[in-house]
Amino acid sequence: MTDADDEFVPEKPDRLWSLTFPPLVWAVHFLASYLTAAIWCAKAGPQAGDADPVRVAIAAYTVVALTLIAVFGWIAFRKHRTGEATLPHDFDSRADQHRFLGFATTLLAILSFVATVFTALVVVFVGSCH
Amino acid sequence: MNSFPTQSALDPAGQGAESIAQLFYWMSGGAALIWCLVIGLAVYAIRRPQAHHYRLTRLLVIGGGAVVPTVVLTCLLSYGLSMMPELQRPAPEGSLTVHVHGVRWWWRVEYLGPSGQPIATANEIRLPVDQPIEFKLFSEDVIHSFWIPSLGGKVDMIPGRTTRLKLHPTRVGQFRGVCAEYCGGAHAQMNFDVVVSDAATFERWLADQSAPASEPETDLAVAGKAVFSQRGCGACHAIRGTAADGLVGPDLTHLGSRLRLGASLLDNTRQNLRRWITQTHQVKPKVEMPAFEALPEDELTALVAYLEQLK
Repeated sequence: MTDADDEFVPEKPDRLWSLTFPPLVWAVHFLASYLTAAIWCAKAGPQAGDADPVRVAIAAYTVVALTLIAVFGWIAFRKHRTGEATLPHDFDSRADQHRFLGFATTLLAILSFVATVFTALVVVFVGSCH
Repeated sequence: MNSFPTQSALDPAGQGAESIAQLFYWMSGGAALIWCLVIGLAVYAIRRPQAHHYRLTRLLVIGGGAVVPTVVLTCLLSYGLSMMPELQRPAPEGSLTVHVHGVRWWWRVEYLGPSGQPIATANEIRLPVDQPIEFKLFSEDVIHSFWIPSLGGKVDMIPGRTTRLKLHPTRVGQFRGVCAEYCGGAHAQMNFDVVVSDAATFERWLADQSAPASEPETDLAVAGKAVFSQRGCGACHAIRGTAADGLVGPDLTHLGSRLRLGASLLDNTRQNLRRWITQTHQVKPKVEMPAFEALPEDELTALVAYLEQLK
């Protein structure tokens, strides 16, 4: 299939960067959660005895991260649904690149969503700095 | 009491080890189930002569390849995490506390006496059954890891930091502890004995350990005490109640009452004690204690007589 056969051709070339957004959100969430827990437990944990403030902070990070990942995933899914380029989207055409990037980003968004939930699961069960 | 000390996490004798063994069996069961499913599907895919149904194939790839692993992993992660709070919770206030220092390549052990005075021993830990015990863990040189597989999980001992661990033995017996983090030449021979007994036996043992060393009664042992002093053993080893107060090596106040020598390497017998003193580096290569190969026979006999009566 070539550009000429496609009904849809994106105006601008798609950027590879968009592929990295969902995993980037997971990475930032993981780092922020880890640092918050480490700093709180090192500085205030022994006196406070529990890690409730850490749990609240990580819950907030998680809501933000999951929302961002869902938004990126939705945009990517819409991108994937646009155009007629057929699987496996490996032609050197803008339409194929467009659908391929949308599909790959959607899958990465699902993976990042699950990974972020796994990170947050720790503070669902563990409520102290011990 | 077991005749041979056990060192298996799958032969649990403590609450922590029981949870860990349970988790291992669930993981193994889950792995076996997934393995059977995958191999079964592979065999089905190879053997089925006609074309595979497209929708069914797609369902199997997405369901079996993505959804089922995610669900199984979520369940196993949740199950494992749900064990953490109890495993990590400190022993209640007032519980027996034992300080253990990792030193290349032996273990310094300290209990607290009734008036708060430390009671030092080495390479052997005795515990009462059915009680939570809090361990404070230290390292004097490099990173070690404290692990009694039959009683619970392992925790690293890090220089400059204090780490902790709670153990709750549930069965009387003799167990073996190990260093679970490579720490240098004699790492594999850095072990210790653990004896779990009823509370009364433990209290009697602790009272005996808190006493200073008994004075030698036989002429040979008296001569041995003099050898210990003249040969400079006290520079590295402490024997409470004598002038020997060295801290470099293990405290020997009640050496004769211990089960084994050289960090759980040799049974504590007269022959092995002689061997340990004269052929130290053959018995435990890299150990920091110098070998006393040239010690005259009469001095060696007297020294061994003195050390073995330190009950």
